[in-house]
Amino acid sequence: MTASSAALGSRRTVVTTALAFVRRNGWTVALVGLLVAFLAITKLLQPNYGPAGIQGLAISILPIGFAAVAQAIVVIAGGIDLSVGSIMALASVTSAVLMLNNDDLFGVGVVIFVLLLGLAVGAINGALVVVTKVPDIVVTLAMSFVWAGAALLILNTPGGGAAPWLMAIISGPLGSPWLPKALIVLAVIVAVVWIPLRRSTFGLAMYAIGSSPLAALRSGVPMARSKIVAYALTGFFSALGGLALTATGGVGAPVPGSYTLQSVAAIVLGGVSLAGGRGGVVGPIIAVIILALVRTDLFFAGVDPNWSTAVQGAILIGVVTFGSLVAMRKVRA
Amino acid sequence: MTVVAPELLLNATDVAKHYGAVVALRSASLAVRPGEVHALMGANGAGKSTLVKILTGGVRPDRGTILVRDRPFVARSPAEARRGGVVSVYQEPALIPDLDVRSNLRLTQSPIEATRHWLAELGLPELSLADLVRDLPLASLRIIDLARALAIEPDVLLLDEMTAALPANLTERVLEVVGRQRGTERSVIFISHRMIEIAAVCDRATVLREGETVGVVDVTAGSENRIVALMLGDIASDLPARVAAVAASANRPADVRPRLSARNLSVGTKLSDVSFDLFPGEVLGVVALEGQGQDELFDVLSGSERPSSGEVQVDGAAASFRHPADAIRAGLVYVPADRAEALLMQRSVRENIALPFSTRFGAWGPIDLRSEGQKVDAAIKTLQIDTRAASEVRRLSGGNQQKVTIARWVAGGIRTMLCFDPTRGIDIGTKQQIYALLRDLAAAGTAVLLYTSELKEIQLACDRAIVIFRGRIVAEIPVADADEPTLLRAAYDLKPDAVMPEELAAETMSAEAAGAEAAVADAAVGAVASQAGSGGTQ
Repeated sequence: MTASSAALGSRRTVVTTALAFVRRNGWTVALVGLLVAFLAITKLLQPNYGPAGIQGLAISILPIGFAAVAQAIVVIAGGIDLSVGSIMALASVTSAVLMLNNDDLFGVGVVIFVLLLGLAVGAINGALVVVTKVPDIVVTLAMSFVWAGAALLILNTPGGGAAPWLMAIISGPLGSPWLPKALIVLAVIVAVVWIPLRRSTFGLAMYAIGSSPLAALRSGVPMARSKIVAYALTGFFSALGGLALTATGGVGAPVPGSYTLQSVAAIVLGGVSLAGGRGGVVGPIIAVIILALVRTDLFFAGVDPNWSTAVQGAILIGVVTFGSLVAMRKVRA
Repeated sequence: MTVVAPELLLNATDVAKHYGAVVALRSASLAVRPGEVHALMGANGAGKSTLVKILTGGVRPDRGTILVRDRPFVARSPAEARRGGVVSVYQEPALIPDLDVRSNLRLTQSPIEATRHWLAELGLPELSLADLVRDLPLASLRIIDLARALAIEPDVLLLDEMTAALPANLTERVLEVVGRQRGTERSVIFISHRMIEIAAVCDRATVLREGETVGVVDVTAGSENRIVALMLGDIASDLPARVAAVAASANRPADVRPRLSARNLSVGTKLSDVSFDLFPGEVLGVVALEGQGQDELFDVLSGSERPSSGEVQVDGAAASFRHPADAIRAGLVYVPADRAEALLMQRSVRENIALPFSTRFGAWGPIDLRSEGQKVDAAIKTLQIDTRAASEVRRLSGGNQQKVTIARWVAGGIRTMLCFDPTRGIDIGTKQQIYALLRDLAAAGTAVLLYTSELKEIQLACDRAIVIFRGRIVAEIPVADADEPTLLRAAYDLKPDAVMPEELAAETMSAEAAGAEAAVADAAVGAVASQAGSGGTQ
């Protein structure tokens, strides 16, 4: 083979690969388009929206961003976790109580401890689902009360404190003023965990048990183990969400808030099938940003905040319906 | 590698499995030599699928020993079965729909290059490993599954209806590759409803009947007859034959219009060009081995699926069903084999029976409880339903549940009933009541279409029978001739008294090979099969 034909071949491969990427990640690509559209609308409504706005946006979405990744992982593996918000609360108060009046090094230890706590709590959820065979939605709903109660036992009003370095990690820009540190932290942490996971056999197993449990069993996938690990990872990212709550608020937040249902909304908008086996974590993160922007835009447009949640719901249904219609047409064609 | 080849590669002896009081396997044995292709045969309910589940790790036997290469074989999961040396290709491909082919291979740690090699051998050299499994046709998935299994190089490869859903050109490649395993160190257990394939690639056949191994046959010319005979056993029927079977078709006036007609019905590749008439007052039996297209036929007639071509006519007028409710309005009611599909298990017998006609007449208004009660009581009486546990249908026996499914239609008045294996898993007494009921309904002018997996039911309940094989009607048999041997031979598409000589079987294979297109090859099989039919009588 000559050098030029090799170059031609590789160029063609690049084009095919790019096309295949777009085809495979059509939903995510479309979400990026939607995100750009909403950013443009924001700029129109609020002409002086700039680095400060982006900064605020990035910090405000950090906890729910982690929560969406947490939910995405377990849903891809064919489950669901309604205790994400409660685990976040538990992680938040644990970190805030332990970090208060302690030095930086201890704070690092606390972060590691809280992440391990998240893994353990998630593994307990998963083990209960696997062992009791009670539907996951019931188990995790019940456990959400347990973890929320535990959080309130540790701290019954917002309090404690965050290590200054933890708050410093996520505030301010890095390099360009348009690049908030909070966004970088989210991207780096998710990339460091997700990319190796996605490429590992375990990552395949996770998609397999979500996509078709019977085929997975027949392919020799260790079903119970894979499910428990998926729940543990969800606990891990929920704990990251809790740490983000502490870091962004400066105190521990013992009440779970609406993070659980918001995380479900985000993954649905983000292209993760609730039936399992399909989607990734990039889509849900973009979906989180879009949902936050919708709220900002409606606020700038002077819409009553109570209406704006209804509008968010309508957008969710509209986008997902549109997506299913497109998918259906593709199948027919 | 083993230094000394063992006498038997797989040796299962006295394997038994009970589910409660039901005996699925009484005492099965299966001995597979190294380098042979071994057929596993048995009629419906013979225990074949239970034995397959035991070998693939889905079910644990109550008793018996299984040795693979003289080592005890214990499998609690398909993964363990694979480690024990038995790899299966299932009827439903074991591939993850949301992963691409390469990821599926990685998931099972299958060697990629070897799989590619087998894909090419099996007639799919062009397949891209980057394709998403969801987007591939079923036939390709089955080939990928097989290629992956071959690449693992298992001691025993178990192929369960491998050639079903494959076009003829791929079938031919599969048989060729399977045949190549002969004389190697490995073996294949081959399960197929197609006698022609058994004759083409198998060395020996083990036949199961009523949960027991009743014989092992060397597959040679004419062994089909021996296999069929073994599958049937002595037909000492435990059910009394229907007396005074006056075939309604015999004295049907010429001007009677069919209640239901199928005209050239096709559904994808599962059902092709099926036409028949169902007259008022007759029970028409449908006979088919598993998965020959009967499910699709009933789905179309009951309005759950739309045909890809052809027409359904009700009382001579073309009908098109978008929904089961349309079929019910046209008078076609459906009794499925699985009662859970038809009944509200937590509700009472009364509500279940009343459901179809209350929703029809009552619309949104209040339900006329008095008239409903009368109808329900009449139906319960007609069907002799045991109402001691009437408050929740799920507490009834299977037989009584099935009676409730029938009763709900009888109570509302009935014109045409489609019964899909209605006596599956029902005790003999209730079975007889159901046959009698079907006869009574027919006598009252109802048209009944009855698919049954129990061949002896045909002579007990039907006036005539049509036989479906690979999606086509291959025979119509009047009830007088519809004894079990005839039906079973017809269901395997063996012509009466035909013996397929080996050279003809070989010719069939080469005829298939010559046909470039699936359809062409299909026609060739048909031609040779009928040739075999005429040849055998000489």
